[in-house]
Amino acid sequence: MRGAAAINAARMAAPRTSEAVPDRPGPQRRVPVAELVRVTKVYDGGSIGLERASMTIGRGEFVFLVGPTGCGKSTCLRLLQKELEPSKGEVRIAGRTLADIPSGRVPYLRRNIGVVFQDYKLLPNRTVYENVAYSLQVIGAGRAEIRRKVPDTLRLMGLSTKLHNYPDELSGGEQQRVSIARAFVNHPPLLLADEPTGNLDPETSIGIMQLIHRINRTGTTVIVATHDREMVDKMRRRVIELREGRIVRDELSGLYRPVESTPAFAVVA
Amino acid sequence: MRPGFFLREALRGLRRSSAPALAALLTVLLTAVVLGVFIPIVQAATGTANEVRGRVAVDVYLSESATRPQIAQLGAALRRTDGVKSVEFISKGEALARAERKNPGAFREGAELLGSNPLPASFRVTPADPDELRALTDRLAPGGQPRLDAIDEVRDREEETDEILAATALVKGLTAGLTVLLLFASIALIANTIRLSIFARRREVEVMKLVGATNWFIRWPFVIEGVIVGFGGGLLAVLLLVGAKETFIDPLSERFTLLAAPDTIDFPVLAAVLMLACVAVSALGSAITLRRFLRV
Repeated sequence: MRGAAAINAARMAAPRTSEAVPDRPGPQRRVPVAELVRVTKVYDGGSIGLERASMTIGRGEFVFLVGPTGCGKSTCLRLLQKELEPSKGEVRIAGRTLADIPSGRVPYLRRNIGVVFQDYKLLPNRTVYENVAYSLQVIGAGRAEIRRKVPDTLRLMGLSTKLHNYPDELSGGEQQRVSIARAFVNHPPLLLADEPTGNLDPETSIGIMQLIHRINRTGTTVIVATHDREMVDKMRRRVIELREGRIVRDELSGLYRPVESTPAFAVVA
Repeated sequence: MRPGFFLREALRGLRRSSAPALAALLTVLLTAVVLGVFIPIVQAATGTANEVRGRVAVDVYLSESATRPQIAQLGAALRRTDGVKSVEFISKGEALARAERKNPGAFREGAELLGSNPLPASFRVTPADPDELRALTDRLAPGGQPRLDAIDEVRDREEETDEILAATALVKGLTAGLTVLLLFASIALIANTIRLSIFARRREVEVMKLVGATNWFIRWPFVIEGVIVGFGGGLLAVLLLVGAKETFIDPLSERFTLLAAPDTIDFPVLAAVLMLACVAVSALGSAITLRRFLRV
C-alpha cells in the first residue's frame, strides 16, 4: 500500500516539472504560440475544469491533448479561444494575455485561430462553398479573394464535387472536411480541433488526421484534443495527458498511454 | 459596412427560415390592423367626450333691474376672472329665440300668454378647464350669494354637469387604459415572435462568433430581416385598412358624425405612424434578442 502511494507521488511529480516549462527557454526561442500559465478553471457550478495547468506550445508544433472525458481537454481549447475566462492563472496567445483583450477585440483574436469541432458546427442554411466563404467574409475579404481561395481550399480537402451541397446532404467525414476547410481557408497560425474524429469511423478518421497533419506541415500550430488512442499512437507526436483537470504527462513523442512497463501505468491499470 | 452583403444575408435568412418569418409578419400585420382600427375609435370617443365637456358652462342670470353700464361692467369683470375661457352675452331676446329653437311653439305661446318675455338676460361663462367649474361658480357667487347687484343668480346646472364630467372622464380613462394595454400587448407579441425565430437560429449565431465575426457583422442581417418583416406586415396592414375604410367607413361617415369626427387622426398620418412603429419594433426586437446569444 505504501509502495503504491510512493509511486503515485512520483507520478504526481510529473506535472510539477512540466509546470516549470514557462520559466525555461522553450523549444523555440521565439514567443510561444499558445501558453497556459498555472491555469485553474472552476465552473460556476463548482466543478473543476482545469487545475494549475501549465503548458507551452511553440510555433509549428503538433500537440495531442489526451485523457478521459471530462479531464479538461475541451476546457483548455475553450480557454485558448477566450470562450471561457480562467479563474486563476494566465492564458496567452502569441505572447498576448487573453484577459487583457477587450471583448470588442475578441473576434480579431478568433480570426487567427481555426477551430474544428466534433459536431462540425457548420451553418445549416449555407452550402459547402458558402460555409467556407463565410469565414472569409467575416474578415472582410473581397469577392475576388473568396472566389480564388474557397475552391482551392475545398479541392485540397477533396470536396471539389460537393461545393453546392448543403451540410445535411454530406456524410460525417465530408462535413468534417468542410469544417476543416473553413478553419484553414484564411491560413490561421493556430488550429484547435476538439475531438475531430469523435463521430467518425476509423478509416474516415485517418483521412481527417491526414488533412490536419498536412495543415500542420504548412507551418500552422495544431492542438488536437482526442481520445482516439490509435491515432495518437500512430502519429507519435507531442502528447499532453490530462486527468481530472491536471496535466499528468507531457511527452515530446508520446503514446496515448505511457508504455505498459512504466510503474505509473501499472498503478493505473 | 457592406450594405449589399448584409441585405443578401438578410434575404437568405428569410428564405431559409420562411415559416418563423411568416409568423412574425402575420403577427405584425394583425397587431397593426387592430391598432389601426382602434386608434381612430379611441380618438373619436375622446373627441366626443371632450366636446361634451366643452359644453359645460356657468350661467350668470342678470336681474331685471340691471342697467346697461352695470351689464357692461359685469361682462368685463367676468372676462377678467381667473379660469374663464369665454363669456357670451345672451340678451332677453336671444334667450327667447334659443328657447324657441329648442322647443318651437311652447315659449311663443307662453310669451304671448304673459305678454312679455319671461326669460332673463344672462352671461354664459365657459371655464378653461371643465373640471374647475365648481370652483369658478364659487368665485362668481361665494356661498350662493352673487357678488354684484346686477346678478340675479349663478347656476352651473349642478347635477347635469356632474353626470357629464363623470361619464366623459370614464370614457377617456377607459380608452386611454385600453390603448396602453393594446400597445403593450402588440409590442410584446411582435418581440416574442421575433425572439422565437431568432432562438431557432441561436446555434448559427454561436458558430459565427467562433469563426470570428464581430457582433455587428452578425447583427446587421438580423436587423434588416426585422425591418423587412416589419415593413411587409405594416404595408399589408395599411392596405387592409385602406380597403376597409373605403368599403365600409367612407359610405357610412356621410350619415354618422362620429365616424367623421373632425379630430380623429388623418389616415395618411395614421398609416405612416403604424408603418414606422412596425419597422421599429421588429428591428429593435431582433437586435435586442440577439444580445443574449452574442455573449459567447
